[in-house]
Amino acid sequence: MSKVKHLIDPQDISLDEINELIQLGEEISNNPERYNNVCNGKILGTLFYEPSTRTRLSFESAMIRLGGQVIGFSEIGSSSIMKGESIPDTVRTIGSYVDIIAMRHPKEGAPKYASYFSPVPLINAGDGGHQHPTQTLTDLITIHKVKGGFSNLTIGFCGDLKFGRTVHSLIKAMSRYTNISFILISPNELKVPNYIKTEILDKNNLKYIEVEKLEDLIQELDILYMTRVQKERFFNEADYIRLKDSYILDKSKMELAKKDLIVLHPLPRVNEISYEVDKDPRACYFMQVKYGMYARMALISKLLEVM
Amino acid sequence: MLYIDSIRKGIVIDHIKVGCGFKIFKYLKLDKADFTVALIMNAPSKKYGRKDMIKIENTINIDLRMLGFIDPNITVNIIENEKITEKINLSLPTRVENIIKCKNPRCITSSERYIMHRFILIDEEKGIYKCEYCDHIYSWEG
Ligand SMILES: [Zn+2]
Repeated sequence: MSKVKHLIDPQDISLDEINELIQLGEEISNNPERYNNVCNGKILGTLFYEPSTRTRLSFESAMIRLGGQVIGFSEIGSSSIMKGESIPDTVRTIGSYVDIIAMRHPKEGAPKYASYFSPVPLINAGDGGHQHPTQTLTDLITIHKVKGGFSNLTIGFCGDLKFGRTVHSLIKAMSRYTNISFILISPNELKVPNYIKTEILDKNNLKYIEVEKLEDLIQELDILYMTRVQKERFFNEADYIRLKDSYILDKSKMELAKKDLIVLHPLPRVNEISYEVDKDPRACYFMQVKYGMYARMALISKLLEVM
Repeated sequence: MLYIDSIRKGIVIDHIKVGCGFKIFKYLKLDKADFTVALIMNAPSKKYGRKDMIKIENTINIDLRMLGFIDPNITVNIIENEKITEKINLSLPTRVENIIKCKNPRCITSSERYIMHRFILIDEEKGIYKCEYCDHIYSWEG
């Protein structure tokens, strides 16, 4: 039996494999009807130990659009058969019903542990605050589609850069391309962790600046990646009051930005992008949602080796 | 110095950092041994000032890699006919299994019953390990 390939950590896939997935994802997005039979007769199992409706529906629609079918559960409480069962037992059982698994779990490392026992390819659909590789793939496909490539870009990350796993893995992914610089916009308390600076930014000699206010350098950006900042993340009220408005992207800040800026956000948003920005052609976050589905279609068909 | 008989055939674990002797004694389950064993604590040492030491009058299988994880400066002497026949220097093992537990409360190891706690060496110089599942960094200090 050949070794089953899983996607647990964004680092599991090489640059070549990422490029292949991006290419395939774009191809699918251009001619979706050409792919609506490639997973005929295949079943995706969605093992969602915590509810995440968006991610689950994205995986489900991806599989259905490929001609496959879906079974699964979306919270452990509703699936009494799974109660108290170990992950290896669940994965071995479901793995004999389905051809591929997407797993979301509140505990970090659960999909990795599961992958050791899974007889079929397993995709990490998010494990706690740890990894979310299909989000990274989604971000990359969207950037590639809109910007036509990954080189010579200035990318701004804005908001909670300390706890945002999507930010960390996109910085990692983008640091592999040429002439990329980063502008990291966050309150002092929510800066990018030091290991990202030493192990990724400094190690690869990448240019980066850290600033507190979005309006200070928004005019430099080709891509603006917004994330949520919650009030409770601030250590003191005064800082929150001083900075709260500078993390809300609105029309006036968009006026300072380049004409070909793209705005991304992993969604759901709370109030960090005001609704008036949605009409701006530079707002790409809903398009990003759609590319998330194409990214998952590409990934499923590659892992099932039907493409 | 406290006099402890030299052993005829067995193992001497020497140069143990003061305070680690008991930990190793327990780890090797020597408290349950039915042969002669000695745990010597705070013995004088030329190298370190003070050290712990374990003498085992038996040939048992010792997990050398795990001893290396507890302290790579430990030396293990194999004794035959009252003479050291082999001196083993330890090094940090590349993986550590079921000795320490991951301290990340969000880690899968905190809720799965039969999971093996496993750490991978990521920096040999600084002796840094990370949890194989959640990437949480392990440090002795906690
Ligand atoms: Zn862990």
